[in-house]
Amino acid sequence: MSTAELGLPRVPAKGYPQDVVDRLEPDADAVIARYPVKRSALLPLLHLVQAEEGFVSGDGIRYCAEKLGLSTAEVTGVATFYSMYKRRQVGDFHVGVCTNTLCAVLGGDEIFAELKAHLGVGNDERTAVSPEGRSLTLEHIECNAACDFAPMMTVNWEFFDNMTPDKAKALVDDLLAGRPVVATRGPAVCGFRETERILAGFEDRREDAVHGGGSAGPESLVGLTIAKQRGEQA
Amino acid sequence: MTLKLAPVLSRAWDEQDSYTLDGYRRHDGYTALRKALTEMTPDEVITEVKDSGLRGRGGGGFATGVKWSFIPQGDGKPHYFVVNADESEPGTCKDIPFMLANPHELIEGIVIGAYAIRSEQAFIYVRGEVTHVVRRLLAAVREAYAAGFLGKDILGSGFDLELVVHVGAGAYICGEETALLDSLEGRRGQPRNRPPFPAVEGLYASPTVVNNVESVASVPSIIRRGKDWFRTFGSEKSAGFGFFSLSGHVVRPGQYEVGLGVTLRELLDLAGGIRHGHRLKFWTPGGSSTPLFTEDHLDVPLDFENVQAAGSILGTRALQVFDETTCVVRAVLRWTEFYAHESCGKCTPCREGTYWLVQAYRRLEAGQGSEAELEKLLDICDNINGRAFCALGDGAVSPIVSSIKYFRDEYLEHLRHGCCPFDPARTTVWAPALTGAY
Repeated sequence: MSTAELGLPRVPAKGYPQDVVDRLEPDADAVIARYPVKRSALLPLLHLVQAEEGFVSGDGIRYCAEKLGLSTAEVTGVATFYSMYKRRQVGDFHVGVCTNTLCAVLGGDEIFAELKAHLGVGNDERTAVSPEGRSLTLEHIECNAACDFAPMMTVNWEFFDNMTPDKAKALVDDLLAGRPVVATRGPAVCGFRETERILAGFEDRREDAVHGGGSAGPESLVGLTIAKQRGEQA
Repeated sequence: MTLKLAPVLSRAWDEQDSYTLDGYRRHDGYTALRKALTEMTPDEVITEVKDSGLRGRGGGGFATGVKWSFIPQGDGKPHYFVVNADESEPGTCKDIPFMLANPHELIEGIVIGAYAIRSEQAFIYVRGEVTHVVRRLLAAVREAYAAGFLGKDILGSGFDLELVVHVGAGAYICGEETALLDSLEGRRGQPRNRPPFPAVEGLYASPTVVNNVESVASVPSIIRRGKDWFRTFGSEKSAGFGFFSLSGHVVRPGQYEVGLGVTLRELLDLAGGIRHGHRLKFWTPGGSSTPLFTEDHLDVPLDFENVQAAGSILGTRALQVFDETTCVVRAVLRWTEFYAHESCGKCTPCREGTYWLVQAYRRLEAGQGSEAELEKLLDICDNINGRAFCALGDGAVSPIVSSIKYFRDEYLEHLRHGCCPFDPARTTVWAPALTGAY
């Protein structure tokens, strides 16, 4: 039994080993250099430590605190406020199912229920590691600004549009089997940790990734298409 | 007269490289910036935007040019220009596809806006849950720096601007502009007391403009083609065009860029109507925080004044459309759970109120309790509305109060049945089409 379960204070985090610090340092310094006031770097730094470990650990919090001259309590207060910072290890992929009203009504509730049964996990839980060595964390998410493509899902916050229960199950099967998966409006999905580095404000290391998915999905073009058919322009 | 579409911001989205600098420059990209920096003073830019009648496209509807004019000049403090790209209001789905398809028009608007308010540091605060949009923004900013549209001495004008893409981390409340500023300062995203307003003490306690993506992106075309052109769209008090985002039980959901003042009836006509064999039941004019409308509101002109006169708010023009298969209690319960989840916890009416709303709602949706439960719900709403620290509380009660107003009997039916009388399987996009026997 851990001390945490007994309600005792946790032992302070030791901090990252030197080789991790050395690796993080150039990225962390680049993040801090973007801002006129250092503390503004906290959100991207938390994304960066999540890229290192797949969640925000006590070591990660300590690293951010030391880089910015904050207390670990201040950093913890921020890290626990935002839903994208995870307190437990996320799998190789984060899979989100929108269950806000519009998507839920159009089928998101059914997709989420079927995925939970299919994967044998509940909300915000991680699957066991597959024979191919992959795991994923399933979570129901709030409105992700793709309502015209409902029901929508995300993998590492890339868009998967117009989903059905069958497409959703095939998607997670492919992820767990290590088969390549391409977002509807985005490139091939990379790992959760690689994604978190992008969210820390660093460009994708894959040069062509930015072109994946084209300019716009068909739903985004319905108005423009009608305007062109009618010869209308502003 | 048939409705005329106005594809301005979306004019090139069907081209395969619309999001690149080359793609944007084929469509007059950055010509407005040259005009603003070489032919206009900052004050002339502010006047042009003010006179165009452009009002905030993020829901508030405050005049963009007026907001810019509030920034004190010659005060010796740095000024900041911040774009609110935290699009998270349920139903709202315009800024995300816009930034995916045309990030450069946003950047051009930022440089013009920053020039106008004399700011040398700008930020795009984009929500975190949109990896591909972040990718496109980072690439577009890099391209703009390389082409000399950002950085030092832009286009030889002597004007300098740095632009940072700042990625959020999952918090609806950060769409509220003062919460966004706290978040951008590396804190929990909680709203601030006002006054002082951001124009006086915003980011780092310095004068700051916070504008929605679509507002800023509308500026280049106004500078390029003039305020009078912009005013040919919309009405006197609701000038210009905007995205109307149709979602839900319609044949062709998607983005329709038209002049303000269009009606849902006209939009449904473009969108192929309600899905086959069904009829309209209720809809949101501008996201879940705007009071619901019904069939009776099909002909309300969707502009700031007329929507307000009809009892709702134009909001973000996020038209979520639900047909008669949808249980309004289920729909509103889900939104209520959302507000409880997203309440930042700063003020008691919202933090406690949204929690208890969910408890009461779950009982009602399950057909438990009595009609008194309904009155309790309205009573809690009354204690949140107008009493919360920011607009999240008011937004949370909007769908509740309006749905009880229009569908009181449906709530009572839950109580009479002792359960929800609707079949959720019939609402999905893969539900078998009706044969007409219904």
